[in-house]
This record gives sequence, structure tokens and C-alpha cells, in this order.
Amino acid sequence: MPSWEHFPHEADIGVRGRGESPDIAFEQAALGLTAVVTDPRLVRNDEQVAISCEAPDLEVLFVDWLNALIYEMMTRSLLFGRFRVTIDGLRLSAEAAGEHVDRPRHEPVVEPKGATFTELRVSRDDEGQWVAQCVIDV
Amino acid sequence: MDITPLEQISEDEWRLPAVGKMRAPVIFYADRALLEGMDDKVRTQASNVATLPGIVKASYVMPDGHWGYGFPIGGVAAFDADEGGVVSAGGVGFDISCGVRCLRTGLQAGDVEPVKEQLVDALFQHIPAGLGSTGGIHLDDAEMTEMLLGGARWAIDRGWGSPGDLERIEEHGSMRGAEPKHVSAKARSRQRDEMGTLGSGNHYLEVQRVAEVFAPDVASELSIAEDDVVVSIHCGSRGLGHQIGTEYLREMAIAAADHGIDLPDRELACAPLRSEVGRRYLGAMRAGINCALANRQIITHLTREVFSDVLPKAELPLLYDVSHNTCKEEEHVVDGVRRRLFIHRKGATRAFGPGHPELPEQLRGIGQPVLIGGSMGTESWVLAGTAEGMALSFGSACHGAGRRMSRHRAKKQWRGSKLIKNLAHRGILVRSVSMRGVAEEAPGAYKDVRAVVDSADRAGLARKVARLEPMLCIKG
Repeated sequence: MPSWEHFPHEADIGVRGRGESPDIAFEQAALGLTAVVTDPRLVRNDEQVAISCEAPDLEVLFVDWLNALIYEMMTRSLLFGRFRVTIDGLRLSAEAAGEHVDRPRHEPVVEPKGATFTELRVSRDDEGQWVAQCVIDV
Repeated sequence: MDITPLEQISEDEWRLPAVGKMRAPVIFYADRALLEGMDDKVRTQASNVATLPGIVKASYVMPDGHWGYGFPIGGVAAFDADEGGVVSAGGVGFDISCGVRCLRTGLQAGDVEPVKEQLVDALFQHIPAGLGSTGGIHLDDAEMTEMLLGGARWAIDRGWGSPGDLERIEEHGSMRGAEPKHVSAKARSRQRDEMGTLGSGNHYLEVQRVAEVFAPDVASELSIAEDDVVVSIHCGSRGLGHQIGTEYLREMAIAAADHGIDLPDRELACAPLRSEVGRRYLGAMRAGINCALANRQIITHLTREVFSDVLPKAELPLLYDVSHNTCKEEEHVVDGVRRRLFIHRKGATRAFGPGHPELPEQLRGIGQPVLIGGSMGTESWVLAGTAEGMALSFGSACHGAGRRMSRHRAKKQWRGSKLIKNLAHRGILVRSVSMRGVAEEAPGAYKDVRAVVDSADRAGLARKVARLEPMLCIKG
């Protein structure tokens, strides 16, 4: 089952996505990133943003993906509630849907500063599910 | 943290000898209780720092050390370019030049008490904070470049402050060696609407009361006394610094192998000081420092505007401005030899001792003010650098309380609205856009800042000058 969760870091917060493919694990982790800021269920998916990135390995690709989302969130004042990710080798193309921050409705908790290499992992767990995780500096 | 492998030197100094790939020992400045309260990862991270090329003397952990990114937060390390030393984007962190600025007001607590509600609301309305807020200043590319070169001096030239402010800022308000050409278009675009904004997380603006004075001679030189009101601003280089950190961390992590550096943790991303990427990063990071100095200068201006409206008799000169996420080239005496070294302070404050030539004339006799942020319900501190601290930790001290509980746990344990109500009962008014944000920053999620400061004082890193209690707090 696709899922996301947060995991503790002493100063900041970790995001972890799970799914049957890296694509789905990346999508789920992105929901976890939104949840660092607000409840993803509060976000209307009115506006689409296309994202693409390329990296030397799958773990760096994951950090690049989250950092690309952070860049869009911060420069356009957007929050995202839905993601479609396609990974082809070490290339990612994605569509993120969301809306502009509405401070009274979203009550944004923090601004994410960046996705880090701390606790970074993209691999299969014992049950064969893909797990993508890292700590977000907030 | 398991302290079994550590040798105790004194009540507040412990040593982990160099083993394996470590090129230097780790020195912890903390008492036993603080050390035992640290995560084991602090020891791992500080040991990893000790493996980096060109490290001088030791990898240091301040009393507020906690689990960070590559470097521990509260980590200090010096590198010598002549010995293959490195500069680490991880060792500076994402929030380049995050720091604390303290303003005097000339007011006493009794002057502020009757207008507290009005003042906190005006500050919250006037100073942009949190995601979705933008500043009133929007920079085009040419002006952005001027800001990245000039720092607080740029802001003052545009009318956001007075030239007298510069003397009370590290680097006299303008970091030399900034190279805006190495700051990417993406980093610039993240900053376009963020000048003069406070940010979120543990960043804040507080109106505080001097609750207790420990060194009357130093306090008198700083023109503060018990019951005086001061304003403390905690924030950094905003989106621009975050993006510089993001980009160079990635580049250095990937290029480390090409530089012959075996990174024990990719987050420790670094490059030789004399490499092409190392030089580029130094130029960009120094521009990031200027962005932080300009940002705190603009927020100072906005704060002065609010005070002139609500409490017209107030004047808000700077007490001092410190940065606690930096890498700076400094001169230090090591084993009797004067050397130019690159000092990384990640969640650590510069604390130059009395007589240091970098200090302004008025502060040269007392040492550099060290501003320690606490949490919104506890206390903050003013310390002063010492002569012995120069030898103990390259003139560095702690920077804050340090978290003892993750955000994850804190938001489960507290409710923001209840915390705000409880603090209001104690006379501390808090304004924030997010109740969950308040819960994540609950005072109980932080270590006892007094224990941290006491340890720094006993260790000789810095001496206690004054304790500040919050009256008003605005957060993103």
C-alpha cells in the first residue's frame, strides 16, 4: 500500500514514502513534504507544475526531486497535494498539482529550507516495498 | 550519548582520542548531564568531522551540541588551506549566517507593560513571517548583486538604518570576499520577495526584559541594566542561503571522490579550500552572509518603525549582531605560531576575547558579545568572549539551548493554542500564524538553556553577562 510518514530528527523532520515502485515511493514522500507544512488534505489541486531532474544515482535523484518541489513552493508560494512521478533510469519527470498558500486555511507550520543527504535512503524493504526517505531542514 | 570512550579533562571538558581515520581528537565542552543527554549521533558526526583533511587541533562540540547534518549542530572545526584543508557546505549548513541581533530600546519593562498587546500586534502585522508572507522590498538582479556585495552596509545606504549600526555587527556589517557571480539564478529568485522577512521554525523576534545581570562591569559597557527592555531578532539568509546550501552540498558530495576525499557521510560534503568548487563556494557563501546581514538590518528598520509608532520615546541602537552558521577566514595562534585558518561554526557563535582587533573600539575591553537564543517561554542570554576561549575553541561558544525533543514528538505532546494561553498567563504574549508551529517550538522541546550557558561559562568559552526573559514573541 502506498503510504507516507514522518520520522524524528533531533532538530528537524524526516519524510518517508513507500510504494511498489520508486515512482510511487517518491510521490508518497512528496506528500510527506507537504505535510511538514500543512495537512495535504487541505490542499486544492488547481494549479499544475511540471518538474524534471536527472542525477547520478537514485538517492541523489530523490533529494533533487524534493528540492525541486521546495523551490517551486518557495518561489511561487504554492502547496502541492497531488503528484505523478515517472522515473526512467536516472531521469525523473513529474507533475505536481496544488494551490497558492492560503495562510488562514493552511496555517503553514514551517518553511522547508532544503532536503538533505541525512538519513537518505532509496531501497526495497524486507517486504519488497520501495522506501524513499531523507531529513528535511526546516 | 554513551560517554564511556571519552576522557574527562575537567568538569566541562571531555576528549575523544583520534582513532581509525580520525586525524584529530574530538573535544566536547559540556558537563556530564548535558553530554549524557546528547544523541549518540553527535559523537559520530563530530568524529566524522575529525577525519576531514587539513583539520587543525580538534573537532569541537559546544555545550548545546545536537544531531545535525554532517557536522553536529554546535560544531566548530578549523582547517588550514596549506595542509589540504577543506571548506564544507554541510559544515555551514542551509541557513548561511543565521544569527541573533539584539537591540537596546532605552525603555524599562514598566514602559512596555501598558502597551504590550498593541506592540505585539503591530510587530506581527509589520514584520513578515512564515510561509506565504513576502517582504515589501523586491530586488531586481542588479540590486540583488549590490546587496550580496554590501550586506548591512547596502541596507543602510538605502536608508534602512544608520551608519553607527555597522560597528556593532560582525565584519562591520559587510563580509569581504563575497562573489555574487557564484550565486545562481535560482538562489536569487528564491530571495526576490524575501528581503526583510523573518522566516519560520525556530526563528523569531522577541521583546525581552533584562532579568538578571551577572557581570555589571560588562553590562555597563554594553549600556544594559536590570529591567531594561531589549529586542532580539533570530533569522538568517532566507531562501538565497538555503538554495546556495542545497546546490553546493550536492556538488561537493558528488565531487568529493574526485578530490580524493572519502566522505564518511555524504552530508559532510566538502571540497579543498584551494579547489575550484571550494573557491566558488566561499564566494557564494560570503554573499549569503551579506544577505543575512542585510535581512536583519531591514528587520531592524521595520522594528524601529513599529516602536516609533507605539513607544515614540524609544531609540533602538544595536547591542550587537552575531552569526552562528558560518565559515570565516581568521588568524589564530596555534602552538605559538600565528596561522590563517578557516573556522567553521555550525550552530556556534564567534566569541572573540578582549583586545581582539576585529572588535570595535568600544567593545575591545570586554570581548565580543555572544547572543544566545533560548525558547519563547524560557530565557535568552548575553555572554562575552574570553581570552582563554581563543585557545580553547578558536574563540567560539554555544548558540542556543538546542532541542531535546524532535518536532515529531513535540507536536504530539503539546497544543499550540494551550501553550499560547499558558504563556499569556505568565505575561508572555506570542503571535504566530500556525498553532502547530507553536507546538513544535514548545519551550519543553528545548534543553535547559541555563545548563548550556553555565557549562560554557565554567569551561571558559564565554562569560555570563545578563539573562533576558521574553515579554513578547512573534514567530513565522
